[in-house]
Amino acid sequence: MKQSRFEARHQAEWRTFGDTLDALEKGRKGSPTARDFPTAYRRLCQHLALARSRGYSSHSVDYLQQLAQRGHQQLYRHRSPLGGRLLGFMLGGFPQLAREEWRHVLAASLLFYLCLLGMAALVLAFPELVYSLVSASQVEQMEAMYNPEAHRLGEFGTRGSGKDWVMFGYYVMNNIGIAFQTFAGGLLFGLGTLFYLLFNGLMIGAIAGHLTGIGYHQPFWSFVIGHGAFELTAITLAGAAGLKLGAALIAPGRLGRGEALRLAAARAVRLIAGAALMLLIAAFIEAYWSSMTFTSASVKYAVGALLWLLVGLYFTLGGRSQNASE
Amino acid sequence: MSRTALLDNTHRIETPEGIDLLLRPAGLVPRALAFAVDLLIRAALLLVLGLGLGLLGQFGLGTGALLLFLVQWWYMVLFEVFNQGRTPGKRWLGLKVVHDDGTPVGWASSLTRNLLRFVDMLPFGYFIGALCCLWNPSFKRLGDLAGGTLVIYDTRGFQQPQLPEAEPLAAPFALELEEQRALIAFAERQAALSPERCQELAAILAEPLQVSPEQAQARLNGIARSLVGPA
Repeated sequence: MKQSRFEARHQAEWRTFGDTLDALEKGRKGSPTARDFPTAYRRLCQHLALARSRGYSSHSVDYLQQLAQRGHQQLYRHRSPLGGRLLGFMLGGFPQLAREEWRHVLAASLLFYLCLLGMAALVLAFPELVYSLVSASQVEQMEAMYNPEAHRLGEFGTRGSGKDWVMFGYYVMNNIGIAFQTFAGGLLFGLGTLFYLLFNGLMIGAIAGHLTGIGYHQPFWSFVIGHGAFELTAITLAGAAGLKLGAALIAPGRLGRGEALRLAAARAVRLIAGAALMLLIAAFIEAYWSSMTFTSASVKYAVGALLWLLVGLYFTLGGRSQNASE
Repeated sequence: MSRTALLDNTHRIETPEGIDLLLRPAGLVPRALAFAVDLLIRAALLLVLGLGLGLLGQFGLGTGALLLFLVQWWYMVLFEVFNQGRTPGKRWLGLKVVHDDGTPVGWASSLTRNLLRFVDMLPFGYFIGALCCLWNPSFKRLGDLAGGTLVIYDTRGFQQPQLPEAEPLAAPFALELEEQRALIAFAERQAALSPERCQELAAILAEPLQVSPEQAQARLNGIARSLVGPA
């Protein structure tokens, strides 16, 4: 068949297909031709193959090629609703993934908690050590924040709900940003992740040790125990995601480095997404629960312990049933 | 075929329908320009919203922090996933993000490539990313390597070319597919070439066509017309 006859015969069909594509690309699924889209796409693919094999002009082939390419983009689009996938992931996929990646999670946890506890113990033993890591003005700020005297005088009590919202925004921006950086740092052969894990562990340890040493332990620990369950776990998970990237680059095994990195990143990014969601919860607790003053410290400790238990149970038992992640 | 493969860096991807898609990866300059456009848009967005929220006091401050977080980490991801792989900057420059196999970019890969942007920016001004982009045959930066994504040209718009008027003439000998395509392409491109250049090009084929160099162009147009069929 000559090219011009071929074009004349199918021109209308191609035009309709183009219009359907326009509608689909704008997100309108209700157009009447959209129902026949897969059939129309396959027909177009056939026309393209015919045009190529018959040596039609490159313009004609390019036109069909473009349509096929746009159709391919629409046909192979993932359209499952985000909410459902997210829920499934949180209910089952995420704890499953964390258990499967237990080596990296363990490594990140050891690095982080050993640094934290070691530094806290050192600062308790040698109080002036805190200034080697934290600047004097920062220490002062921390002392002012957790001063039991100010606490009783209602320093926290004057904080309205507006302030809580500000702190929520700040925690989200700051903490999730740090988690993302911890993850991305894994691309530097794991060094960036290592830095963030150790640095945060040492910082938190130094401050915890210092505040405990000077007798501010009650306001400090009752403040951090609640959101700590989510926040510290999320930091170690972000670290695990970063370490996984680094490990894929350092020891790719039988794969090429690029391929190993791609496979590792596909799993690590799900870990970091879960960690980000946990940090969102942590920010909420930190801004609205941890800062509340009308509850006694013992209630806070009890709730905090409960939250730690919940997180622990979530990661040990979550997604155990067979179809939980689906 | 092998010669064209050396000259251009198109990616040939076979789809389940048994056809080949040709993807053209975009190089460093258009990608940098697209990023610059996105940067400007984000800066303007933050400025306007920041001024507006500044008037709202504490509520505005908290919302502002959330917004900053959203714009800093999620602007690219949200646009890429919900807008066919195109941020406003990419759309402006006619680029889009797809998976390596040509399918539309999804949440996981978009998130990967955009979170790892943080490393591509190191130590200053996208140094690592630019190096990686120049070194990689498909112009991928580290984020693209890890996410398995590709930034390609998103070609749109199409003008049906007009063949020059000519009597259809049968080719004096059997043409191969490539030759056939080259003849039609010559006829289609004539409007964009100067008459002298057309004649010069056509004269190359004067000998096998057994005509004088001056007549070669008309003869080629005739053959092209007969190949394509009557208008």
